[in-house]
Amino acid sequence: MEQRETCARTAQAPIDASRRKIFRIAALGLAAGVGLHGRSALAIEAVPEALRPVVGDRLVEEDAEGEPVPLKLADLRVGKPLLAFPFDTASKKIRSETRMNKVVLLRLPEAELDAETKAVSAGGVLAFSGVCTHMGCDIKTWMVSEKVFACFCHGSKFRPLDHGSVAGGPAPRPLPVLPIKLEGDQLVIAGPFTAPPGFTPQA
Amino acid sequence: MKGLMKGIAVCAVAVLPAAVSAALGDYAPVTDARLKNPEAANWLQYRGNYSGWGYSPLSQITDQNVGKLQLAWAFATGQKEGHQSPPIVNNGYMFVTTPGAQVIALEAKTGKELWRYKKELPGEMLQLHPTNRGVALYGDKVYVATIDAHLVALDAKTGKEVWIKQVGDWKALQYITLAPLAAKGKIMVGSSGGETGVRGFVAAFDAETGNEAWRTYTTAAPGEPGGDTWPGETYKNGGGSIWITGSYDPDTNLAYWGTGNPAPWPTEGRKGDNLYTGATIALDVDTGALKTYFQYNPNDAWDWDEVSAPLLIDTEVKGKKVKAAVHAGRNGYLWVLDRTGQKLNFVDAYPFVNNNTIKSIDPKTGRPTFADEHRPGLGKGDVHFCPSLWGGKDWFPEAYNPKTGLLYVPANNNLCAELPEPEPTKYKKGDLYIGYPIEAILTGLRWAKGAKDAPKTMGEVQAWDLKTGKQVWTHKYPTFNWGPLLTTGGNLVFGGGTNDRMFRAFNASTGKVLWETATPSGVTGVPTSFEVDGEQYIAVQSGWGVDAQRMQGGVDRLLGYQTVVPQGGTVMVYKLTK
Repeated sequence: MEQRETCARTAQAPIDASRRKIFRIAALGLAAGVGLHGRSALAIEAVPEALRPVVGDRLVEEDAEGEPVPLKLADLRVGKPLLAFPFDTASKKIRSETRMNKVVLLRLPEAELDAETKAVSAGGVLAFSGVCTHMGCDIKTWMVSEKVFACFCHGSKFRPLDHGSVAGGPAPRPLPVLPIKLEGDQLVIAGPFTAPPGFTPQA
Repeated sequence: MKGLMKGIAVCAVAVLPAAVSAALGDYAPVTDARLKNPEAANWLQYRGNYSGWGYSPLSQITDQNVGKLQLAWAFATGQKEGHQSPPIVNNGYMFVTTPGAQVIALEAKTGKELWRYKKELPGEMLQLHPTNRGVALYGDKVYVATIDAHLVALDAKTGKEVWIKQVGDWKALQYITLAPLAAKGKIMVGSSGGETGVRGFVAAFDAETGNEAWRTYTTAAPGEPGGDTWPGETYKNGGGSIWITGSYDPDTNLAYWGTGNPAPWPTEGRKGDNLYTGATIALDVDTGALKTYFQYNPNDAWDWDEVSAPLLIDTEVKGKKVKAAVHAGRNGYLWVLDRTGQKLNFVDAYPFVNNNTIKSIDPKTGRPTFADEHRPGLGKGDVHFCPSLWGGKDWFPEAYNPKTGLLYVPANNNLCAELPEPEPTKYKKGDLYIGYPIEAILTGLRWAKGAKDAPKTMGEVQAWDLKTGKQVWTHKYPTFNWGPLLTTGGNLVFGGGTNDRMFRAFNASTGKVLWETATPSGVTGVPTSFEVDGEQYIAVQSGWGVDAQRMQGGVDRLLGYQTVVPQGGTVMVYKLTK
């Protein structure tokens, strides 16, 4: 009797454990060691490929109403960030089904851009994921004094002039870059995000 | 005999995954009677009792021997960000929650993991406050409310999900950070989100089935009492969010909840008192009916959530017996209310930190008059005010010790803030709804008006005698304090909250620091005490993040340097060396 109690306690089993429960407890114990409970994955993996931006997409302003109008270089004022979504001109579809497609655009004087940054920008306009890599908040504040994007939620800061690198705060990785180019006067997506957009879950 | 064989079979299967541990008794169901009169050995709910005291009667660890306190065990949670939940203990079983919607059950004596539950969070969501403040225990279940606004019931012994209910819409940035309140067969929770334009509420769910019993909104609609304190439809996104577990008086069946600031921050579009934001509300637990309230900040302009529930203390105030509800406010005043019957009446209020914003308080009604020059708003330019946005005391709880008769307040003094002109703002589902430039908020912390240098001290642990309204002792820190407090029958007060990673014990009568120890990260967790096999333990989570880190960013900016507080959660459990 004593042995039975001791063993049952070891397993944290209910006293009236049925056979099914016994099996479950054992399985749980084994699973705990291999981390099956940490099911979160990088957010981008949850975005089906069909929903992701593609090369050649235009960009439209996040809150624009009516017929989508692709953003032009002249729509961006220096130092005024703008949130946008990719836009498929053929199907007239705005790719806003997922926040992970949100893009923050920032126009800076071209002279401030180095060659590498110029290569992924369009007429001084830089594009990044608009979702903070820390906890997923929108990135839409340009702090001109420090030349960084700042996140309201926890104060993470990113350097748009250095490929989105982390300048401060808790963000664990850079803000992914979205390469863009000019076709005529329109801003056009020139390549995929350089890293998966979205917050960085812990195991 | 058959039973014995079955028992052996249990043994054979179950010992496979883990080494044999010390015996752990059966899980003792948590009843209303136990929650009403909690046994000293256990810590069954957020603040240890329904009155919100943060008090353990255990007295093995005392002001005489606390110097011999040493680590019994530690346990890494595997998560970063703010670890604020109390280690809740029932009959040798410990339950902690962490950021990332995780519950871990541990053997309280050894730290051995019993089970772990982790809710998968939507990849699309954003987390403004990545934290969780603990579980509620009721019956044979453990209840956790999650950052994606769900309430989950788990089997206390196995961690198996019994039911899960959606409480709010995470896409509208409703989220839950509090530990649920369990009483009379109901599990009560509320929604955070004062900065995201939620309409705050408290909702109750049947403990067994998870069915919603009632939902009471914290902003009054037209036609409801208080509905005329909001213009038009502004109440619909008016804030008044619920961040912290309510306290509860079983005698009147009223649960007391603190409510957050009105939204958005600028007041111009919401002229009126904006009931019931910045207040304590009393809800009937059976029906959810709002029976009474007291508003600390009518028409708040400072982001002063008054979210911590009042401590229910039957005491004397200036020679008169009072069934008090006591609240150290974000607005920097210590409020004493009378909760006799179904009312909340003003008794007294006095500042516990430097305050240039409250000009006077009506001695009869308790209604404050605010200094207009320290009230941010349209056409005023930069407005300086004290205390800061984080207030004299933020969410982290006070503690009350019936043996010393003192109330202990974790405070932030000498810190102020500045807000500029508001900017136009429109509610948009899923977006912030604040009304000030983000850059200005991120850089808004200030010293006292005219002060060039940093104050010598900021954070404080204060002890107040409610009978006289006098401060008995104060311990001051060079930097700010974000530390929830525990007090015990051993004449001790425990708390962390500073950026040096320390966890401390104070003499509860004198304030003398008797013991301190460095932890892996900063301590913003709620400490608890419990007993197993005749030995008393002190438990707390170490794990810096969320607003403590934000405030550090603000202080660092003023000081011109960068303080590094390492992140990562650890459950720390201490006991006396023999």
